[in-house]
Amino acid sequence: MEWFSQQLINGLALGSIYALIALGYSMVYGVLRFINFAHSDVLMLGAYAAFFIAPAIEKIIPLPSLTGALLVTLLSALICAGIGILIEFLAYRPLRSRPKLTVLITAIGVSLFIEFTCQHKAVFGADTKPFPQLLPATDFHLAGLVVSSNDLVVVLVTALLLAGLWFIVHKTKNGMAMRAVSFNQQAAALMGVNINRIIAFTFGLGSALAAVAGILYALKAPGIEPLMGVQPGIRAFIAAVLGGIGNLPGATLGGLLLGLLETFAGGISGLSSYRDGIAFAILILILLFKPAGLLGKATVEKV
Amino acid sequence: MKNNLLSSQADVQRVAESKDGICALDQAIKRGLLLSLVIGGGILGLSGCGPGGGGDTILVGEFASLTGKEATFGISSHEGTLLAIEELNAAGGVLGKKLELKTEDDQSKAGEPANVVNKLISKDGVVAILGEVASSRSLEAAPICQQNGIPMISPASTNPKVTETGDFIFRVCFIDPFQGTVMANFATNTLKAKKVAVFTDVKSDYSKGLAKFFKEGFTKTGGQIVSELDFNGGDKDFKAQLTAIKSAAPDAVFVPGYYTDVALICIQAKQLGLDVPLIGGDGWESDTLVKIGGGAVEGHYFSTHYSSDAGSPKVTAFVAAYKKRYNGKLPDAMAALGYDSAMFLADAIKRAGSTEGAKMRDALAATKEFDAVTGKIAINGQRDAVKSAVILQVKGGAFKFVETVAP
Repeated sequence: MEWFSQQLINGLALGSIYALIALGYSMVYGVLRFINFAHSDVLMLGAYAAFFIAPAIEKIIPLPSLTGALLVTLLSALICAGIGILIEFLAYRPLRSRPKLTVLITAIGVSLFIEFTCQHKAVFGADTKPFPQLLPATDFHLAGLVVSSNDLVVVLVTALLLAGLWFIVHKTKNGMAMRAVSFNQQAAALMGVNINRIIAFTFGLGSALAAVAGILYALKAPGIEPLMGVQPGIRAFIAAVLGGIGNLPGATLGGLLLGLLETFAGGISGLSSYRDGIAFAILILILLFKPAGLLGKATVEKV
Repeated sequence: MKNNLLSSQADVQRVAESKDGICALDQAIKRGLLLSLVIGGGILGLSGCGPGGGGDTILVGEFASLTGKEATFGISSHEGTLLAIEELNAAGGVLGKKLELKTEDDQSKAGEPANVVNKLISKDGVVAILGEVASSRSLEAAPICQQNGIPMISPASTNPKVTETGDFIFRVCFIDPFQGTVMANFATNTLKAKKVAVFTDVKSDYSKGLAKFFKEGFTKTGGQIVSELDFNGGDKDFKAQLTAIKSAAPDAVFVPGYYTDVALICIQAKQLGLDVPLIGGDGWESDTLVKIGGGAVEGHYFSTHYSSDAGSPKVTAFVAAYKKRYNGKLPDAMAALGYDSAMFLADAIKRAGSTEGAKMRDALAATKEFDAVTGKIAINGQRDAVKSAVILQVKGGAFKFVETVAP
């Protein structure tokens, strides 16, 4: 029983990270109908931004501390928002009128470009760097169970960001414009929505989310390298599809489910090397019966 | 690619067999078989007219993980190798010629070793290959060296399969059956462990081999393996497996991984309250282990090849020379093994009196007592080094000498 409860905690903590990354994938997809594969690399850039900013911040506010961590995260999120807008401007905007497949392939290209540029010695280098401790970390022991404060922070931040995103999309003017662009770009433009601005805003927001996820991921496993985004990125993408891509609560649900599946499969002696295999086999089963994802609406495509 | 290579090798053979080699080569050029030319250059190099055999230098190739996941291994072994080459040259070189080291980076990636070693042999025409630390990558390069008749000396690949590739492949380190047994005995005798869990990196030949020999050794001493779990090198979350290990209540956990993964495993084990000693092999030895792991790696043990505070005059001299050459940096085991691999090769070239592949091979194989920094080396019938191991403990952010274990 204790084993089960502990694995439940581990799974939820891992799943929250996937959920947080999946939110970014899902939001961009919801507006633009394409998967931004560079999302996982913006996550890595977020972690590196924090890695370089932290020593500078430490001179003003001692680290680890809550205010320091907030400041580092905020600055990294701003930098990544800028990078996201830049990626959209340089790589995706010129292709907006082209078939969706062209943009998708370009996204993979952008992803590989970032990964391998960052591995160069003159940029970050390919070796693993120790990530600084931003938040004071403690472990809470309750009746034989252990919850680390970092995991609680992840769960809390994911919940807050999900609520914040929901608010932005459903209650603000920008959000209304985002939904309009998602519904029909040309009609939205005719109604006076500035498409370029809204799409840039969406990318900025998504990339800021990625930066936060990157920092939380690096706090959990404090060794960062340029390919650190690849593994969680793929999982978060799957989580977004599982939950119903384009659907924000769905992305969160998918992330949590994937984290739990992986953790329970990985904790079985003798089966742990098939961890991903088991998790993904179950996902395939779910998608066989619910092709639009758990919370996604099946849409009929008119031909 | 493989087919291409085979067919062009056949071309090279035809070139070599034909009476008028130059004429045939000319034809090959006309037929546009550039690849066969490149490989042909390498093979000609062996017979003394290529770039490696002629002139007044002996060209030695090295491949190492200078960047990537196991970068500190590659950098250390390279620095040790370079120091040895510089010392040899300062002392007048070998057979009256200077040694020249040609180093290629394989970026800690699968696939790269084959590329760079092919290049070193075919394009640069080196007479011997030094490298790698990681067994998986040495295993990739070994068949290429064997096919080309170029002796290869691995400084630190401990998986037995490496030298089983063929009679041109050697190493200056001990092998995993020995290392696994050493740690099994250490767990039984020093840690008084009765129940041990094993946590293996299923992606790495090194980790799987070491885990296997540890399990054999530990059960032989009467111990019990209570839990066996796996991870994939590069994973970031190990809590699922560690929770399962914790519920098996072992006295110690054997983690034969590499330092980046091990550091994260130590952190998460500590978070989960798994406070038994973690023990491992030479894959742990890197400053990065302490930089990432911090307080979580304190008190854990691993076996390795040498300790800079072991105190023999040979070690003291090497440590002093290394510190002088690299701004006070303390040499780790990989640096010492890199140094030994180059010195071992130079010794064999001297004894062989030639840089011909087969002659060097015979001299290397005949080594009975080579006095290396990492201890006295005898080469056995499997071309493995028979020598002692040391056990270190992480203490105060440094690696402290615990004991030496004789073969």
